[in-house]
Amino acid sequence: MRYSALSILKQGLTGNKSWKPVWREPEPKKSYDYIIVGGGGHGLATAHYLAKVFKGKNIAVLERGWIGSGNIGRNTTIVRSNYLLDGNQPFYEMSVKLWEGLEQDLNYNAMMSQRGILNLAHSDGQRDDYARRGNAMLMSGADAELLDRDAIQKMCPFLKFDDERFPIKAGLLQRRAGTARHDAVAWGFARSADQHGVDIIQNCEVTGFQIKNGKCIGVETSRGPIKANKTAVCVAGSSSRVMAHAGMRLPIESHVLQAFVSEGLKPTIPGVVTYGAGHLYISQSDKGGLVFGGDIDGYNTYAQRGGMPVVEDVCAGAMSIMPMVGRARVLRMWGGVMDMSMDGSPFIDKTHIDGLYFNGGWCYGGFKATPASGYCYAHLLATDTPHEHATDFRLDRFMRGNIIDEKGVGAQPNLH
Amino acid sequence: MIINHPLLGPRDANEFIHLGDASLINRPDGMADDAAEKFHDYLYLRDNPAGEYRELWYHDAGDRSWLVVTRNTLTHEISSVEMARDVARKQGRSK
Ligand SMILES: Cc1cc2nc3c(=O)[nH]c(=O)nc-3n(C[C@H](O)[C@H](O)[C@H](O)COP(=O)(O)OP(=O)(O)OC[C@H]3O[C@@H](n4cnc5c(N)ncnc54)[C@H](O)[C@@H]3O)c2cc1C
Repeated sequence: MRYSALSILKQGLTGNKSWKPVWREPEPKKSYDYIIVGGGGHGLATAHYLAKVFKGKNIAVLERGWIGSGNIGRNTTIVRSNYLLDGNQPFYEMSVKLWEGLEQDLNYNAMMSQRGILNLAHSDGQRDDYARRGNAMLMSGADAELLDRDAIQKMCPFLKFDDERFPIKAGLLQRRAGTARHDAVAWGFARSADQHGVDIIQNCEVTGFQIKNGKCIGVETSRGPIKANKTAVCVAGSSSRVMAHAGMRLPIESHVLQAFVSEGLKPTIPGVVTYGAGHLYISQSDKGGLVFGGDIDGYNTYAQRGGMPVVEDVCAGAMSIMPMVGRARVLRMWGGVMDMSMDGSPFIDKTHIDGLYFNGGWCYGGFKATPASGYCYAHLLATDTPHEHATDFRLDRFMRGNIIDEKGVGAQPNLH
Repeated sequence: MIINHPLLGPRDANEFIHLGDASLINRPDGMADDAAEKFHDYLYLRDNPAGEYRELWYHDAGDRSWLVVTRNTLTHEISSVEMARDVARKQGRSK
């Protein structure tokens, strides 16, 4: 069923009785051409582009729980392309362009809202650094503006400009950045993939790979063995656990990132604002809640919850730039398990095992990447060559000395 | 999380910095023929287990000792805390 204003009107007038389930619940077949392991944003986007753009047939997505139960349903929904390095920035700009046409492509309201992201600078050195990053963004075809203090004051009068230690000196603004509705992204990709014939199989955990003579010919699952010509893993925080079944050790550690939502407030924050002297990002949802977060907790964990020190740190960060939030109450907080890579950048690559592919290492920034990650992974699966904007996301890049370390902090996942 | 420091008793984990897998104690031989490969694996590849995990913590806001903590990454339960020095010595290092 295609969604349109007319279909909403018709359903509304007839008691909303004839809406159909948005995707099927098929039984797994004995074999597929492509198996995608993990029904998060990236897995579902991969299925959508593989079927729709690359005309792949006979595709299944196997999901351990229900689709959208992982990080795609837990993130703070920021979409942006304000990276510095060549290996990253063209890829993320490709993603923003895909976001801009996503709702038409999927015929689904993902509530993509280009309300802008403003990174605050608190010293002359940081302003110079942002100018450099802005230039890299412009060179990739993205938009970027360096704002002075007056311009920021007009946009966000509520910020604390004259902090003694960290006054606000400037800001890097990307107007095309913004937020989207995370669950709707998962559902929209799932619905479109299903309409293009993809089997979305929930409650189906992959427990092993069938590897014969160096080739992966299928998977073992909680619902029995399934054969596949190509097996494409994208399980985010579970990457190391799943790839261990293929005997692989990854350049990845799993860490928890927390998110926070306040009670609903009147419209205050126009877009996303980030603090440059600590780690904090904050925006306001359409329902009025302030949505914010900061650093990962800093130790390996698979528990989807974090500890109090980060709660305090994040709230202190919010107070430093927006003292008025001290009067708002935090309503909800939760955590998600991040696949933190050794240089803070992701992987979209073949493995050394024929027919087995890997997508992961998205750290805390994989939501914005969802469309481009799906597109590039589908490109790799269909053509066995990397997409031109994903050529650097290789598993062997550390061996080749070709790391993509945006922060320049080295092989220390809890610092990225 | 509370880390039961062998010398100082129970301390808030917030006083510590987490470095990573305890296998980082075992630096490969830089003179070996396969040193580049060994260092690649040492520096970049991780077991990243779900369950029992031996890891290095540094007591930054305390006595600056290095500890080997055995912790469950699913429950955050800590089952043992040792001085990293003792662990390295037991393996025959720096006698
Ligand atoms: C609190 C928080 C805030 C974030 N904020 C942002 C943000 O503002 N902007 C941004 O760009 N990114 C953000 N992220 C990161 C982003 O959410 C992730 O990088 C991204 O969602 C990961 O890709 P995914 O959607 O495919 O992952 P997931 O949704 O986690 O999908 C992986 C799926 O694999 C399944 N799976 C695991 N093991 C198996 C198995 N053995 N068999 C079958 N299925 C399996 C899981 O159940 C899961 O559904 C944030 C993350 C968190 C936790």
